[in-house]
Amino acid sequence: MKKGKDSILEHELVPKHEIAGEEEVAELLDTYKIRKEQLSKIKLSDPVIKEIKAEVDDVVRITRRSEIAGKLLSYRLVIE
Amino acid sequence: MRMKKIKGIKFGLLSSKEVRKMSASRIITPDTYGEDGFPIERGLVNQHIGVIDPGLRCKTCGGRMGECPGHFGHIDLEAPIIHIGYAKLIYRILAATCRKCGRVLLGEEEKNIFLEKIKKQRERQVDVGDVVKLVLKEAAKCSVCMYCAEPQQRIKYDKPTAYKEIDEEGKERRLMPSDVRERLERIPDEDVFMFGMDPKNARPEWMVLTVLPVPPVTARPSITLESGQRSEDDLTHKLVDIIRINQRFMENRDAGAPQLIIEDLWELLQYHINTYFDNNIAGVPPARHRSGRPLKTISQRLKGKEGRFRGSLSGKRVNFSARTVLSPDPDIDIDEVGVPEAVAKELTITVNVTERNFDVMRETVKRGKTHPGVNYVRRADGRKIKVTESNYETLADELELGWKVERHLVDGDIVLFNRQPSLHRLSIMAHYVLVMPDKTFRLNPAVCPPYNADFDGDEMNMHVLQTEEARAEAKILMAVQRNIISPRFGRPIIGSIHDYITGLFLFTRGEKRFEKEKVLDVLSKIEVNDLGEPAGTFEPSSGMGVGDAAARPIPYWTEKQIFSMLLPKGLNVEFRGKTCANCIERGEECEKEKCLRDAYVKIEDGNLVCGIIDEKALGSFKGIIIARIFRQYGEEVTKTFIKNVSRLAINYIKQVGFSFGISDEDIPEEGKEQIREEAVHEAEKKVEELIRAYEGGELEALPGRALEETLELLIMQELAHARDDSGDIAERYLGIENPGVLMAKSGARGSLLNLTQMAACVGQQSVRGERIKRGYLGRTLPHFKPGDRSSDAHGFVRASFKDGLSPMEYFFHAIGGREALVDTAVRTSQSGYFQRRLINALQDLEVKNDGTVRETRGTVVQFKYGDDGVDPSKSDSGKFVDIDEVIREAMKAEI
Repeated sequence: MKKGKDSILEHELVPKHEIAGEEEVAELLDTYKIRKEQLSKIKLSDPVIKEIKAEVDDVVRITRRSEIAGKLLSYRLVIE
Repeated sequence: MRMKKIKGIKFGLLSSKEVRKMSASRIITPDTYGEDGFPIERGLVNQHIGVIDPGLRCKTCGGRMGECPGHFGHIDLEAPIIHIGYAKLIYRILAATCRKCGRVLLGEEEKNIFLEKIKKQRERQVDVGDVVKLVLKEAAKCSVCMYCAEPQQRIKYDKPTAYKEIDEEGKERRLMPSDVRERLERIPDEDVFMFGMDPKNARPEWMVLTVLPVPPVTARPSITLESGQRSEDDLTHKLVDIIRINQRFMENRDAGAPQLIIEDLWELLQYHINTYFDNNIAGVPPARHRSGRPLKTISQRLKGKEGRFRGSLSGKRVNFSARTVLSPDPDIDIDEVGVPEAVAKELTITVNVTERNFDVMRETVKRGKTHPGVNYVRRADGRKIKVTESNYETLADELELGWKVERHLVDGDIVLFNRQPSLHRLSIMAHYVLVMPDKTFRLNPAVCPPYNADFDGDEMNMHVLQTEEARAEAKILMAVQRNIISPRFGRPIIGSIHDYITGLFLFTRGEKRFEKEKVLDVLSKIEVNDLGEPAGTFEPSSGMGVGDAAARPIPYWTEKQIFSMLLPKGLNVEFRGKTCANCIERGEECEKEKCLRDAYVKIEDGNLVCGIIDEKALGSFKGIIIARIFRQYGEEVTKTFIKNVSRLAINYIKQVGFSFGISDEDIPEEGKEQIREEAVHEAEKKVEELIRAYEGGELEALPGRALEETLELLIMQELAHARDDSGDIAERYLGIENPGVLMAKSGARGSLLNLTQMAACVGQQSVRGERIKRGYLGRTLPHFKPGDRSSDAHGFVRASFKDGLSPMEYFFHAIGGREALVDTAVRTSQSGYFQRRLINALQDLEVKNDGTVRETRGTVVQFKYGDDGVDPSKSDSGKFVDIDEVIREAMKAEI
């Protein structure tokens, strides 16, 4: 294995993080009738956020494997 | 009155100006009461700051005792004093600001970045603590002021309230509180924001006191002892000290006393004010009362479990509650509670007298204070009249519509029942009252598991609901039958326990034939309307009948038929019972209906086809049948089912009798011999071999273990084996009909391990999972040679409890026992604290109507509750549905 070059995204304990598209976010906010600020937050300094190059005010979609729910989606707002 | 809305709450510091503004009186004398017995003017108990003596009036607001809430006073301090609560922050701020110009030691640009950050976090309602910490840390690094070019000196903080400045030569100079205050005053307003403060509400110099607010006397009332002597509150004592020293300081300073004396007095004043705020400061001797008892000052009043917050505001003592010892009553329903008459006569429910209940209420009042009576009536004008022996008849006659009657508890009233520790929501449930003689609360034993109650002296609390809304809510949400399925694991927590299980186990086991009388006997107190077709008839020659009847065939019913009478029609359940030998896991075919042990329970359309009923079927925590009935038929049917099944169990076990005595632990001599020889002796021999192998260097270490660890591990294994083997032998000799074995196998109480220890061999005692090895150097007791690794030198108990332990075995057992005791004590306190933290963190989360979990600001914590949106108390073992069962049902319907 290459030293220090592996992306943390490859690690099995890191769930899939992706930047959510504008449409998806709009739909999400509309479904739950919430403002962006009412989402959980994630810091810009978070290693995963750096890795996927998200910016402040982006919404990231996190896909987790869950024992109870199978595939589980959650969303976080990137903040400073 | 118009409802007012809270727009916000502001926290800040009190400035000297503000303290003076809110003060009703400047206090200058340390005395309280004068010789005439009246409070001294300008004293600590003066009449401007509140009244505690009956008959006197407040000179500030004119209120009497009880009306006047009290008013603050103040003491003008002759010298500034550091507020102990802010001592650390003062130090940080001193280190972060210039000693000459008072500005924060950061460049303009940096300042703006930080200010911006603070502002943003404020808007987002995020704590600014970390930013402030960073500011203070960064600014403290600067050595020359970038604004006035003043070289900075290092500040040293001497706990609790002294500051020193160290110059370049390492010389220390004390900063008196007056110096500190001056420095803090120099900090410009715009820099104050950098400490997370708003200069309008909190200027740094306000952390150095020049005037001390004096709490109203109502907050520190004196008490009069029996001897007529007055005893002042601890806070008053402390304030007396403060005023005395303050005065002495002034006198000495005005007389021009030497600096040394002044500083000593200053220090003393600081000490008194420190302990006035907090009498539990590390490194400071607590101020004591004359008797040597430490004084309870402000911080002690607020802090901790019995403090103002946790003790007086979050938790209070309440009215309409009762507490007494608990005892069992299997004849009452699971959602009932037996209430002693004495309690029922003390606790009341307020009833409005209306047209509809007028006659009933008049009758009730007419009974006066005899049981289903009244304690008080409230007339339409609001006047409350106590019902007495002499007035109840008149009151009954005077009774009018619109009056209110405080009547006794009667059968059918709904109350809350609670047992501490209230660890889950089932620790408080709603029960219906059943007034009973004697002095204990009565509870159906089936409801013990949710409360974790037993009857060895447990006490429980009862609360009487006072409003219609509360009663409705309790009935709908908290009734016992609503909570049969535990939200903890989605299975029944209410079900048969102990003897009920034994009874049902004995009843459903083997093939029994009951003629009609016996059927009715076993079904007594159970509502069964149809016995159905008998399973068969006794042959006339069987000798069952007498006289004429001997010639006639006598019909009989089987035990499975009788049990089926309690099951609702249409119920289908199939599962393997507790006595199942796990054929499938051993790679064999499950015989199902043909199971030789009758361990396969099958219920078809409400008929028990086969299987023995045990803990797995009806017990609390498992209760497969109960769970199914609850899901399919609802809470009321389940409630009746549990009741019926309990009665059947008792009726039967009362008939056949069941007891467990010391002789039931007896094993014949040959059995004992076998245990000694085959199990214990064998193992001991093997242990010796292991030790020889180890000492001879022939033992191979297991992976990841040292050689010695390997030896210990193998010995432990061997000895555990010995105990299991002796248990198996004991079980063979006790036989399946032994009451202890019956209880263990049916799951009613106890385990085979318990029986093994009582009858065969107690086994290895351990401390921290290892054999016992502490004590003397190289040995556990002086009876052994140092370095002896044999089984009996390290706590193997070969005896059984019945036979009795040898002195050494007894000692080892006590060592192991003590560890178990300590462990439970530590565990309960730790889990208690952990639960408190969890509850505090989670208490504001709420599941909204759209299924999301949100906190108070509306931030979504979970898009779906528990990720699957399942309420575990309505689930099947935490799952939304039992898929296998649904499929099985669907398949059946097709065929």
